[in-house]
Amino acid sequence: MAKVLKVADRRRCIGCLSCRQACARLRGEYSIANSAIEVKTSGGYTGEFVINICRGCEEPACMEACKFGALTKRTGGGVVFHKDKCTKCGACGVACAVNAIRFDEEGYPIICTHCGYCTKYCPHRCITTKEVL
Amino acid sequence: MLARDYINVLYIDLEKQEYRYEQRKDLVKYLGGTGLAAKLLDENIKPELDPLDPAQPMIYAIGPLSFVMPVCTKTVATFYSPHTKEYGESHAGGRFAMAMRFAGIDAVVVTGKSAHPQYLLIDDGVQFRDARAMWGLSVEETGKILRQTTHGSGVRSSIRIGRSGENLVTYAGVNVDTYRHFGRLGLGAVMGSKNLKAIVVIGNNTVDIPQELKVKYRKVYDKIYDRVLNTDLMKKYHELGTPVNVIPLNEMHSLPSFNLQKNKIDFAEDVSGEKFAEDNLVRKVACAGCPIGCIHIGQVRREFDAGYEYETINVSYDHELIFALGTFLGIKSTDEILELIDVVESEGLDAISTGVVLGWATEAYKRGYVSLEETLVPFEFGIVQNYIAAVKYISTRKNKFYEDLGKGVVHAAKVYGGSDFACHLGGNEMAGYHTGYGNVVGFAVGSRHSHLDNGGYSIDQSKPKEEDIVKKVYDEELERNILTSLVICLFARKVYTRDIVLEALEGVGINMTNEELTQFAKDIQKLKYQIKQKLGYSLDSIKIPERFFQTKTLNGVLSSEKAHEMVKEYKKMIEELMNE
Ligand code: SF4
Ligand code: SF4
Ligand code: SF4
Repeated sequence: MAKVLKVADRRRCIGCLSCRQACARLRGEYSIANSAIEVKTSGGYTGEFVINICRGCEEPACMEACKFGALTKRTGGGVVFHKDKCTKCGACGVACAVNAIRFDEEGYPIICTHCGYCTKYCPHRCITTKEVL
Repeated sequence: MLARDYINVLYIDLEKQEYRYEQRKDLVKYLGGTGLAAKLLDENIKPELDPLDPAQPMIYAIGPLSFVMPVCTKTVATFYSPHTKEYGESHAGGRFAMAMRFAGIDAVVVTGKSAHPQYLLIDDGVQFRDARAMWGLSVEETGKILRQTTHGSGVRSSIRIGRSGENLVTYAGVNVDTYRHFGRLGLGAVMGSKNLKAIVVIGNNTVDIPQELKVKYRKVYDKIYDRVLNTDLMKKYHELGTPVNVIPLNEMHSLPSFNLQKNKIDFAEDVSGEKFAEDNLVRKVACAGCPIGCIHIGQVRREFDAGYEYETINVSYDHELIFALGTFLGIKSTDEILELIDVVESEGLDAISTGVVLGWATEAYKRGYVSLEETLVPFEFGIVQNYIAAVKYISTRKNKFYEDLGKGVVHAAKVYGGSDFACHLGGNEMAGYHTGYGNVVGFAVGSRHSHLDNGGYSIDQSKPKEEDIVKKVYDEELERNILTSLVICLFARKVYTRDIVLEALEGVGINMTNEELTQFAKDIQKLKYQIKQKLGYSLDSIKIPERFFQTKTLNGVLSSEKAHEMVKEYKKMIEELMNE
């Protein structure tokens, strides 16, 4: 059984950034700039929050865009990143229709592994993982 | 200081339009927050000059735990207070600490004055940007514009002033990310005096967790996160929030109302946390790095024209605001309180001082100390429209009377009389508790004259022996020096016991002993008093107004003599500390 990360209800989000911290922590970083999940305000704090994640495509456009084989299909949806093959060209980020890919300071894409670690830290169950075949 | 052995200080000179970073190892022992900001204030303050002289510094500091441990969300600002004319320290949450952390800055020192209004954009360096077109705009509008003119959505924070700050009202605050504030003691006026409308910080740096800390850090983070979310230690702030206090304080005869003529009201239920939650609460939001989300947003719909023309107001509320802009002014409905909060927010005023000043003005008007010619509106407890107009008059200095009101209740009472019912303690307007000696004395002697200096109101509620109160107040302030230096939100003070604080420090690679922390707390207290002394402050100057002794508290009617004796007792303890 594979799982993918899903947004359950973004309206419950309080913008605490615990999820972003969690993902960064897993990657050995303190800074939320290095997390695969992004939480932003839309129109400032008075507006609602937007939770921007990899949607776990079955036909990943990011992978199609990568000419170097650095992204391969992940069982259940989304992609697996192979850093050794990545040339930091940025094509995947452009191809992703929901803008889910951001880049770290060195220029490598930050790719969600759908591990679900971030969901454990959301106080309002805004994000969750879903079992897929 | 995170993952490095120095404190990175960003110095910005508005006069010369220059900036530089200094890596200071010598500051590591001040840790951050209160300790670091006090030290930098001490280094840069000009005691011989006016608090609003361009040469005066304005300092912002975060601490070693900021953002990287749960609920370590605050930034500490220090300055020469134009309000009390002595040591100024104010704290705010929001995203500012997070943004500073990942902009790689532990502290910012701003000096000088821009030739015309500007705002600062701090990313990898500092940009000095034109703000002439923003001058005169509300806090909210400025925020909206800044979001359009700067990058970094999601990792950005902006602090800004309203008209009151521009016009140097001595209790103008600085708004942080719309819903949080450096409220007290006039930091907004300091910013205004520098022609600085706003500061935007973008925190997008990478900071690797050092290899040797990876396991440890996650373990400690998880432990604290669990204490925050899965115990009752912070429940109160999460559910109804601090307004949960309204009804209990009212029952205790400790809710300051009608300019402290009363300690209990018959409409408490109509302005209670429960009522706000039922009628107005639409959502909660959090400071970056806090899973609690104590920021309660209340909504009120207002018809601005006939023909079903509505606008919606969204503002954050908490106990202090309900007290200052509600019960203290006799305002009886949640909608009206939110409307009043909205104007105070737009103008960028400190809500507590504004409410208390207006309470004094109402009584002064009723008793004939001031005339309608001066007040322009016929102040009446419970009538919100007058107050809405008056708030704008204060922030724009409408006439001589409002100019005086804009300097605080001590000043206003000096000019017009009525100092016995001017509800300040140590020169700063009172907060929402009238519980006993702990509150009155604790607030008056507290180093920043805030109810949060030593939580005297909470000491009172534990019904202490009278002879123990001063010691408790003293000890609590020392303890809080630790929390506010790290910088832990004081709402998490029960989560962060000494053991947990030591563990948290270890989790980010700082090894301290319990004794060292105790000594640190004393050193910081000393440092604050050194600054105070430089500015000519003496605890002898404290004179608590009569009103505090006329209105009964939870612990009975207080005696002026006894309270002032307690101040003396406190002074002795400080003297002993200074001689240690
Ligand atoms: S990164 Fe974008 S394109 Fe690629 S799998 Fe995720 S959502 Fe689809
Ligand atoms: S599922 Fe894993 S990789 Fe994806 S955002 Fe969450 S923590 Fe990061
Ligand atoms: S942890 Fe949940 S509530 Fe917090 S920012 Fe992420 S999605 Fe929003």
